[in-house]
Amino acid sequence: MFQVCLPAFLGGKCIVSAALFGQLLIGLINGSFYALLSLGLAVIFGMLNIINFAHGAQYMLGAVAAYLFLNYAGIGYWPSLILAPIVVGAIGIVIERAFLQWLYKLDHLYGLLLTFGLALILEGVSRHYFGTAGLPYSLPDSLQGGHNLGFMFLPNYRAWVIVASLVICFGTWFVIERTKLGAYLRAATENPSLVRAFGVNVPRMITLTYGFGVALAAFAGVMAAPIYNVSPNMGSELIIVVFAVVVIGGMGSILGAILTGFGLGVIEGLTKVFFPEASATVIFVIMAIVLLVRPAGLFGRRG
Amino acid sequence: MKRTFALAAFAALLACGTAQAQQINVKIGVLTDMASIYADDTGQGSVAAAELAAQDFMKDHKNFKVEVVSADHQNKPDVGTGIASKWFDVENVDMITDVPTSSVALAVMQVAAAKNKAAIYSGPGSSDITGPKCNANTVHWTYDTWMLANGTGKAIVKNGGDTWFFLTADYAFGHALERDTAAVVEANGGKVLGKVRHPIATNDFSSFLLQAQQSKAKIIGLANAGGDTINSIKQGAEFGITAGGQKFAGLLIFAPDIKALGLKAAQGLMFTETFYWDLNDGTRAWTKRWDKQRNAAGKVPSMNHAGVYSGTLAYLQAVAAVGSAKDGKAVVDKMKTMSFKDPLFGTTTVRADGRGIHDAYLFEVKKPEESKGANDLYKLRATIPAAEAFRPLKDGGCPLVKS
Repeated sequence: MFQVCLPAFLGGKCIVSAALFGQLLIGLINGSFYALLSLGLAVIFGMLNIINFAHGAQYMLGAVAAYLFLNYAGIGYWPSLILAPIVVGAIGIVIERAFLQWLYKLDHLYGLLLTFGLALILEGVSRHYFGTAGLPYSLPDSLQGGHNLGFMFLPNYRAWVIVASLVICFGTWFVIERTKLGAYLRAATENPSLVRAFGVNVPRMITLTYGFGVALAAFAGVMAAPIYNVSPNMGSELIIVVFAVVVIGGMGSILGAILTGFGLGVIEGLTKVFFPEASATVIFVIMAIVLLVRPAGLFGRRG
Repeated sequence: MKRTFALAAFAALLACGTAQAQQINVKIGVLTDMASIYADDTGQGSVAAAELAAQDFMKDHKNFKVEVVSADHQNKPDVGTGIASKWFDVENVDMITDVPTSSVALAVMQVAAAKNKAAIYSGPGSSDITGPKCNANTVHWTYDTWMLANGTGKAIVKNGGDTWFFLTADYAFGHALERDTAAVVEANGGKVLGKVRHPIATNDFSSFLLQAQQSKAKIIGLANAGGDTINSIKQGAEFGITAGGQKFAGLLIFAPDIKALGLKAAQGLMFTETFYWDLNDGTRAWTKRWDKQRNAAGKVPSMNHAGVYSGTLAYLQAVAAVGSAKDGKAVVDKMKTMSFKDPLFGTTTVRADGRGIHDAYLFEVKKPEESKGANDLYKLRATIPAAEAFRPLKDGGCPLVKS
């Protein structure tokens, strides 16, 4: 065991190494949620040029759907993990067909305003029906309990969160950056008319991409349901941070979103130990610095 | 010719005005959290409670017209004072009630004093409202941090929970609750091993919980409220806090929070409140009426809701005794000389510092197998008599109290 201390001008607070490892791991777990959510945002922005402000509300819908499935249809956690993203993703597809498809040629601002309005409506409606104190949702039986790692008690569920998030994130990155389907997608954003000339149905591809991005948000929502308070506000509390993550990583950069998601989770976790009062702001401080030094974000391409 | 007509009409209007001078108008503003972490513990439920109080009062006082308006202060002091100023200056509001979130409440009571209106608080917790920051226009009806600390803290230390670690919401209410509880713990022979302050409306508590775990304290005192308390307890169970022998002390818990947690996660929690819907026939009957007025079936009222009803009714009785609501200080002064009785809080008096004095109760959350219905949540452990429930008048440091 050794001690880790902050320099005196930052308060000089010390913790033992065991506690530090624990906090690093917790940072990674929180980073998993940031990564999952910012990934969906990055996919949608990268492929559709839409700043999806409804992402937090769609994340909340995922969690609420899991609650409804369990209490009204007896569908447990594991099927919900697949069903809820499909249902919420389908709602996303309807939104894309009904509203978003008319906005691609306009300024980003219109898409942002439309999705922001949708988010307010979705949250308001669920607030009306469920209130804000939240809905109870317990851990799945198969992931109850945890393991003592020596330096901390790691609940099984949190371990599952990291694994699932890593698999989904890198799977998505692989599909978009390394497969033929991904190549079509990227080409369709660069030059839609040319890709259409090759016989690819570009509008349908775009619609499905939005649906997939929304499904990612709902997936994160189901993952969050057993450990966070399932309430209409759960998305709006998180979405601002996730936007900061995307800005830091670089708008539209898939890998950037994933890596900054995990990285900022760790930084925030450490802030909670050394200077907890600042833990809600540290990400925005970093965002301000990154915007000053690299306006396109850490992994973003200029232009 | 036209002008004469106008003058005549104006004169007639004036005459009508004097003819109706017997009617007393009172306007009550429910300033509350409509959408954030305290909205289920206050919010629309508080509006419904104020409306019930207005209806009940007007039944017995035919010459009164009581109107209830409401607004969302978003838990922000600047938003709250903005609405309060507009209400008092432009919309003729005479009294503001509820006002959860102590930072907002402390700011709004200054506005009430500056405009000589009344503030009858139910939602906020800080004991400073009737302590160093007290003023002659404010009554603090339902509970405060000293009372919570005294009720819950003492009971837990006496049951062997003598080492504490605090998880504290980083604003006026959390600081006051932590300070008051730490004082009670130490006065009863316990020890505070550490604390960590988290921002209000935090999503993930695991990092803070890990620090609490490593402190090895027997009791983790939750000096927070609403969604923050729910998240702390929910995630604490996951991280094996209770399985590892540590216990949570929820210092401010409302019935809707327990419903959100579920009895499985919340069972065994002990805390202090001044109202529970299932206390007696009177509270049960009121809850039925509230549920109807609230119009969202199956909700359970919190002590804040009850306090808005009870405090508003008491205020209106004092207005009737004074004969007008225009002078806020005069009405509040009158309240301090009266004694109020209602089915929710029993007998309540208001002290010189503005503190509402009534009984408090120590509750324990039922085990799932003990509960007979969705809203059957608490069992009563002890009644703390009014005389012992609140901070002694001389200890508060309120400038209104002459020593």
